[in-house]
Amino acid sequence: MPAIEFEGGQYESEPGESVLDCLTRHGVSVNYSCRAGVCQSCMMVAVEGKPTPVSQLGIRETLKAQDHFLICSCVPETDMTVAVPDRAGSLFETTVVSLDRLSADVIRLRLARPENYDYRPGQFLNLTNAAGISRSYSLASVPELDDFLELQIRIVPDGQVSSWVANGLQVGDSVTISQSAGECSYVPGREQQSLLLVGTGTGLAPLVGIARDALRQGHAGPIHLYHGSSAVEGLYLVDELSAMDRVHENFQYYPCVSRGAVPDGVRAGRAADLVLQDFAKLPGWRAFLCGREDMVKGLQKKIFLAGASMQDIFADPFIEAKD
Amino acid sequence: MSDSLFDRIGGEGAVDAAVDIFYRKVLADDRISEFFDGVDMDKQAAKQKAFLTMAFGGPNNYTGEDMRKGHAHLVARGLNDSHFDAVVEDLGSTLAELGVPNDVIGEVAAIAETTRNDVLGK
Ligand SMILES: Cc1cc2nc3c(=O)[nH]c(=O)nc-3n(C[C@H](O)[C@H](O)[C@H](O)COP(=O)(O)OP(=O)(O)OC[C@H]3O[C@@H](n4cnc5c(N)ncnc54)[C@H](O)[C@@H]3O)c2cc1C
Ligand code: FES
Repeated sequence: MPAIEFEGGQYESEPGESVLDCLTRHGVSVNYSCRAGVCQSCMMVAVEGKPTPVSQLGIRETLKAQDHFLICSCVPETDMTVAVPDRAGSLFETTVVSLDRLSADVIRLRLARPENYDYRPGQFLNLTNAAGISRSYSLASVPELDDFLELQIRIVPDGQVSSWVANGLQVGDSVTISQSAGECSYVPGREQQSLLLVGTGTGLAPLVGIARDALRQGHAGPIHLYHGSSAVEGLYLVDELSAMDRVHENFQYYPCVSRGAVPDGVRAGRAADLVLQDFAKLPGWRAFLCGREDMVKGLQKKIFLAGASMQDIFADPFIEAKD
Repeated sequence: MSDSLFDRIGGEGAVDAAVDIFYRKVLADDRISEFFDGVDMDKQAAKQKAFLTMAFGGPNNYTGEDMRKGHAHLVARGLNDSHFDAVVEDLGSTLAELGVPNDVIGEVAAIAETTRNDVLGK
């Protein structure tokens, strides 16, 4: 079986084992969170040996060209020597500009945008807490419109990073964030295309960024935004999104609640079901799906079967950290 | 070598055009769709693309050993000749939909056929 060399140690891998599993099994401590090739916190450089194509899905072209890859998704085919990439230029120090509640369990965290910080709305960044643990959060702000970076963070009880944001952070504090990453953003062109944006919970964050960005860039086709929550209290930014719906002829906002009675203007049912009920055929559409993993993965398949092209479906599952 | 199968069929562009149609057919095909339950679509689409490139006679680095390893878990779940036939049929109808002539479809099917024993772990 291929051997992995890391910081001077040699580690024998087992059949079917990822580089990450191999290192952690040998007691080597490395960064990771989702273990699913999504959050990019496990990124390393292959100094020797070739990363598998799957382990380079979704990472920046420039980094790919420099043999960066995701160790959680790489089952090595040859011996490899791997190293932690030079973090200079990929980590940024910034400060908290504001912190407020959008609902009982969602915090809006705004950070000063560091100089030279490039991103597209809808991408995510990794935020590191005081204990050095990082989690991914999506960008709801738009660089051309906002001078801050906006994150919308759901407070997970005892969540290492989200509870730290809720209980530990204050305006003016300094925090560390990574470069932005991910493919879930609006790319101009085909401005007549119909756009479908579906999010559950804080899956709304990237969609707000994407919708504002598409409108800013003059997207002319219809933009349908579905926000799903199990209870009415879980909806947030209702007034802002309703106002956008009134101002922009081509923007439609559908708040959806799957349980209990719903007030006027809110739809009853799961967002993913209502989408397919409203639009049975989706050839030529572009879709952005964000939030709970089961919703995102399930709807991704249904939307593809309804005719949207794979390349036009941007799925952003908020995969939880795995031990 | 401008008359290789891969070039005649349209190269990389043909693969891109075919991958969506082919993958949609496979996922919607009741005979085989269960094998795709719970798989990551983005990773799967990348694999479909590699498979089509290979079947179109294009540059690839598949080995018989990769094929065996990659499908062993499916063979354990009952993957057999009838499922393999269904995939080849979906591949043929994908190409027909794209206007590829019958004799060329035959050539593609013949390449796909060479992987049968490895895929089915025989
Ligand atoms: C690409 C990407 C983008 C993301 N964007 C956002 C975003 O914009 N906003 C946002 O709020 N989150 C987002 N997430 C999720 C986020 O990264 C964290 O997973 C989440 O904040 C929990 O981290 P934590 O450190 O607070 O909790 P942890 O310490 O990781 O978890 C503590 C415990 O809570 C459980 N848990 C974790 N998450 C949940 C959950 N959602 N529901 C119930 N139990 C849970 C864990 O299994 C664990 O037992 C995103 C994730 C990814 C991969
Ligand atoms: S991408 Fe590897 S741990 Fe998340």
